[in-house]
Amino acid sequence: MVRVVITGQGTINALGSDVASTVDAMERGQSGISLMDFPNVDRLNVKIGGQIKDFDPKVYFDRQKITFYDRFTQFALIAAKEAILQSGLVFEGELSQYSGVIFGTAGGGLQTQDENYRAVYEEGKNRVHPFVVPRLMNNAAVSHVSMSNNLKGPSFTVSTACASSNHAMGQAFHLIRSGAAKVMIAGGSESMLCFGGIKAWEGLRVMSQDGCRPFCATRNGMVQGEGAAVFVFEEFEHARARGANILAEISGFAMSSDAGDIVMPSVGGARRAILAALNDAKLNPEDIGYINAHGTGTAANDKTETAAIKEVFKNYEKNIMVSSTKSMHGHLIGGTGAVELLACIAALKDGIIAPTIGYQKHDPNCDLDIVPNQARQKKVNAVISNAFAFGGLNAVIALESI
Amino acid sequence: MSVSVKDKVLIIIAEQAMLETSEIKLNMSVEDLGLDSLGLVEAIFSIEETFSVNVPFNANDPTASDFDISSVGAIIKAIDKLVMEKSN
Repeated sequence: MVRVVITGQGTINALGSDVASTVDAMERGQSGISLMDFPNVDRLNVKIGGQIKDFDPKVYFDRQKITFYDRFTQFALIAAKEAILQSGLVFEGELSQYSGVIFGTAGGGLQTQDENYRAVYEEGKNRVHPFVVPRLMNNAAVSHVSMSNNLKGPSFTVSTACASSNHAMGQAFHLIRSGAAKVMIAGGSESMLCFGGIKAWEGLRVMSQDGCRPFCATRNGMVQGEGAAVFVFEEFEHARARGANILAEISGFAMSSDAGDIVMPSVGGARRAILAALNDAKLNPEDIGYINAHGTGTAANDKTETAAIKEVFKNYEKNIMVSSTKSMHGHLIGGTGAVELLACIAALKDGIIAPTIGYQKHDPNCDLDIVPNQARQKKVNAVISNAFAFGGLNAVIALESI
Repeated sequence: MSVSVKDKVLIIIAEQAMLETSEIKLNMSVEDLGLDSLGLVEAIFSIEETFSVNVPFNANDPTASDFDISSVGAIIKAIDKLVMEKSN
């Protein structure tokens, strides 16, 4: 079987504008969640989020390019550049034909939609910028990363709400494992922190107004974040032949569907996805040292996820560290699994176990070792990353050190 | 308690619970009505729209706010209070 490894990683999110600063913030248990700043934020009940502050696209892109780039595309391009640079790959000739891009996003160019709906409905304007469509389309980030890096292989966008980037990275993994690609640029990007984006979530009444406290008895909802994380997935033999620096191996991936409720999670669906990912990776429950939880900080998810983990690991979970880094960077919805994979790689590569911050009080329904408030240093050899989306679509990735 | 608030709330709840208004008793709980959390969120939205009030309700922690949802009667009383506060 073709093995798949990671040879590059990049990010921009509320914790940092690259991987080093993000992992450093995770290690220090720093929060990237603060009061948000955008037009009409005063009309929201939810005023906090993991917003990237002091972001100036002109530092990264020239004016002509910015015209085509929604904020979610900008984030994806920045993260992809860092990842590809680290991999040392240049996409030319045959390699270019066998290399593609798959990203997850839920909102796509939501900032562009929000701005332009405002213009035509609120301000009564009767004309919009000619590039509204190419900016807002959900595949814009994938297409621009493909164009910027000469990636001519299979490329598309996956949109499965909170599981988008795990599903996207899983597809990239499968394409390499099946022989359809040599290298895949995979991850996710999201930029939903605008009035319309938050107002819609506020309506569902699952958002916290004071902080994201996953697995804590006082948790009262999720907090959104924004940003992107992108990885270079590469066929193992290809990476070894060129002497690449290998960060981790992707050894398994699985998906399941609850076929139950449009918003409520299910223990069975989560359990089936976790178990199938372990089977795909040929790992036993006792091999896993760390789980990056979906851990949204909602009443329903954290209880359900705990139950699913306990059903799969059958007492081994007592030896497994489980953390939700959403407590620090917020919930990036379609980009969240990608940013969370950074924590998985930090655990495998450097033994840095990112904490679940904001933890105040034990919840008997969430009795896992959630690495409360402070990071740990511990060597682990195998990890999994969970994503359970609204709509009951689950995707779990298993990684191992190499 | 104004009659109109009570009647309007009963119509909203009956519609969400798929019951006749005559079948709804003031001592019934949200569970008795067969409302799940999404049904409750939708009913609260309808109440907010009908009376132009803001109902403090977080689905993660339904008992956290002062807004009492323990029974139909309690909900009506709480809405009545919000409507009164608004008109004052």
